[in-house]
Amino acid sequence: MKMTGAQIICESLVREGVDIVFGILGGAVLPFYDTLPQFPQLHHILVRHEQGAAHAADGYARATGKVGVCFATSGPGATNLVTGIANAYLDSAPMVAITGQVARPFIGKDAFQEVDITGITLPITKHNYLVLEASSLAKTVKEAFYLARTGRPGPILIDVPRDVFIEEAEFHYPSKIDLPSYKPTLEGHPAQIKKAVKLIDEAQRPVIIAGRGVSISGAYTELKQLVETAQIPMVTTLLGIGSFPESHILNFGMLGMHGMAYANMAVDAADVIIAIGMRFDDRATGRVSGFAPNARIIHIDIDPAEIGKNVRVDVPIVGDVKAVLKELNKLVAPTERIKWVQQLEDWRKEHPITEDSHSAGLLPQYIVHQIYQMTKGDATIVTGVGQHQMWAAQHYWYDKPNRFISSGGLGTMGFGLPAAIGAKIGCPDSTVWLIDGDGSFQMTIQELATIAQENVAVKIAIFNNGYLGMVRQWQELFYGKRYVATSLTCPDYVKIAEGYCIPGVRVTRREEVIPAIAQAMAASGPFLIDFLVEPEENVFPMVPPGASLIEFIERPRNMVKALSDSAKLPVSNI
Amino acid sequence: MPTKHTIVALVENKPGVLNRMASLFRRRGFNIESIAVGLSETPDLSRVTIVVDGATTMVEQVRKQLAKVIDVVRVSDISDTDLVARELALIKVKASSVTRSEIMQIVDIFRANIIDVGTDSVTVEVTGDEDKINSLFNLLRGFGIRELARTGRIAMTRGGSNSLREKEAPKTHTRKPKT
Ligand SMILES: Cc1ncc(C[n+]2csc(CCOP(=O)(O)OP(=O)(O)O)c2C)c(N)n1
Ligand SMILES: [Mg+2]
Repeated sequence: MKMTGAQIICESLVREGVDIVFGILGGAVLPFYDTLPQFPQLHHILVRHEQGAAHAADGYARATGKVGVCFATSGPGATNLVTGIANAYLDSAPMVAITGQVARPFIGKDAFQEVDITGITLPITKHNYLVLEASSLAKTVKEAFYLARTGRPGPILIDVPRDVFIEEAEFHYPSKIDLPSYKPTLEGHPAQIKKAVKLIDEAQRPVIIAGRGVSISGAYTELKQLVETAQIPMVTTLLGIGSFPESHILNFGMLGMHGMAYANMAVDAADVIIAIGMRFDDRATGRVSGFAPNARIIHIDIDPAEIGKNVRVDVPIVGDVKAVLKELNKLVAPTERIKWVQQLEDWRKEHPITEDSHSAGLLPQYIVHQIYQMTKGDATIVTGVGQHQMWAAQHYWYDKPNRFISSGGLGTMGFGLPAAIGAKIGCPDSTVWLIDGDGSFQMTIQELATIAQENVAVKIAIFNNGYLGMVRQWQELFYGKRYVATSLTCPDYVKIAEGYCIPGVRVTRREEVIPAIAQAMAASGPFLIDFLVEPEENVFPMVPPGASLIEFIERPRNMVKALSDSAKLPVSNI
Repeated sequence: MPTKHTIVALVENKPGVLNRMASLFRRRGFNIESIAVGLSETPDLSRVTIVVDGATTMVEQVRKQLAKVIDVVRVSDISDTDLVARELALIKVKASSVTRSEIMQIVDIFRANIIDVGTDSVTVEVTGDEDKINSLFNLLRGFGIRELARTGRIAMTRGGSNSLREKEAPKTHTRKPKT
């Protein structure tokens, strides 16, 4: 059957099971948008800035595990996607971005709104395409989705000239993928697995570091089995949060720059590290030369290029985490490690997570805690980037995968609001809270309009400290308290919300926190809470830049108020 | 310790592939000494030979990152194998009626060829490994070099097997069949 290029793309998207797309139109994609109504299965969400489209697709992808899709027009539309594409690339989120391009005769002529978007996105996509004839569109879309979600997932961009949308071609959706150059290794090498088992069985002080690869590969039960059988204490990276129940006794929380002291101590003291689906980011490892100085390292990852990139590895295993763990589990001996686990328990007691005992103000940790309690630990939390992000990671306990959605690798302020939209639209039955900073929120604040237009029931908690807080913290600790360009004059967020017909309240005191959260939860649609939090509260512990994990600094002893772990809800079953 | 590595790759013969490779070298700070591209024995695939000077771990990253590029079909670091490597150079040398015969003698010794003669210059074609070309170049330098063009190294393993096919270097471990 003959179809136009635009119809071919839509039909191909439908075949890939796409039902939600995010985007903004423009001249180059007009013929494409014109055909959208012929495909009622594709619900288009109009965002207010293309960065929002990319982040929404990313949030959608992380919450659902499906490929997120976004559209933009040529030129500025395409360049506005760039931050969102880079964000998805660094966090291995599956995404397909479709951009319009000027018509073929104009390519290379610096035509109106022409930009070389395949050139620009070369280093931030897993792969990209400029499609020069309608007859290759179906194959390209098929390949793009396959590449986006398999192996190590990532964003794929398809650039389509305006006249290719209009050109007619025979529609034929390929049933098979023919990519001789792309064959991700799934099964781990048996000899390597044996070596790993030997190391694990002989280890006195093993620690597992779980990264986002665990949830990408859906290996929760396999990880749980390994942890419980061999009694291996585990920690997670920022994006590994939720890959193992945080209320589980053997989960010692997040490691890294703002990781738990006891998690960093565990890694520092370990004699064997089993790194699973993670990539030794510098925020996770601290100074590399001081990372896990006594440990031999087993590294399991699907991307061979990650192995040995940042940290020397003793036993590399290239493969899909789930498949590799399955094999490991067949061989690892059940072990008791009472002394080692007890040691970590002691460290956990000696170095609890804390808040400032001196402050009479509204403390962000307290708010996160209340959101945790009131949502019974069962919400999806999306964040911006900064202090609030770290508090959201530290003080909410995530027992299920894909419930903590945050920009890790790129650290993109402005990710939160659009990503929360994507997460909520992808999982309409889940409770989605955005915990955002006042600085981050203002970077994509225009997406409140998207929320209003689509009535997306996201609950928004702004941690309004009047600062680019994380940077202010660095200035306080490492730049002699010289606060240069970090103070923010903020708008009245409740009024702003009102302007978008979104209800909201301001909270300035502790007593108001619970009622406000209750009000937000009772609202059927979106709701915004502007929390005026203690302006100069800091995130602790902190590993100073350039220091190794064990050199973390904690809140000054005289200011410590321990937040008890007993507040944790009972372990849920996954 | 930095040493020279010879990496060979088979890549899809599509627009932009070289750009993808070059972009990768630039972004990751890999210093490429030479890169030579041309057809291979397979119609749709081009053969690329890259010479990298660097520590083994860095070169290993080059190889792995190249392997990740979707249009790169196979990559192999053949430095540790027994290989034949050649480079071609064209050298345009100043030559007067006085010096011409001396230049021709040197060219003969190197089993190089003179492929063009001008009123005051000759153009020498030489094939060999880098050392041979360097030596010839150094000897000719005294006469005055007008122009130099070098192709960069191309290489393959010795013996009957294909440098990229039968030996080593599938992009990753081969997948084990499930039992
Ligand atoms: C797009 C972008 N620009 C700049 C930064 C650098 N940066 C990191 S955290 C931060 C401050 C964030 O402020 P806010 O959103 O108010 O969060 P807070 O730390 O106050 O909780 C800045 C500017 C960034 N991560 N992203
Ligand atoms: Mg702030």
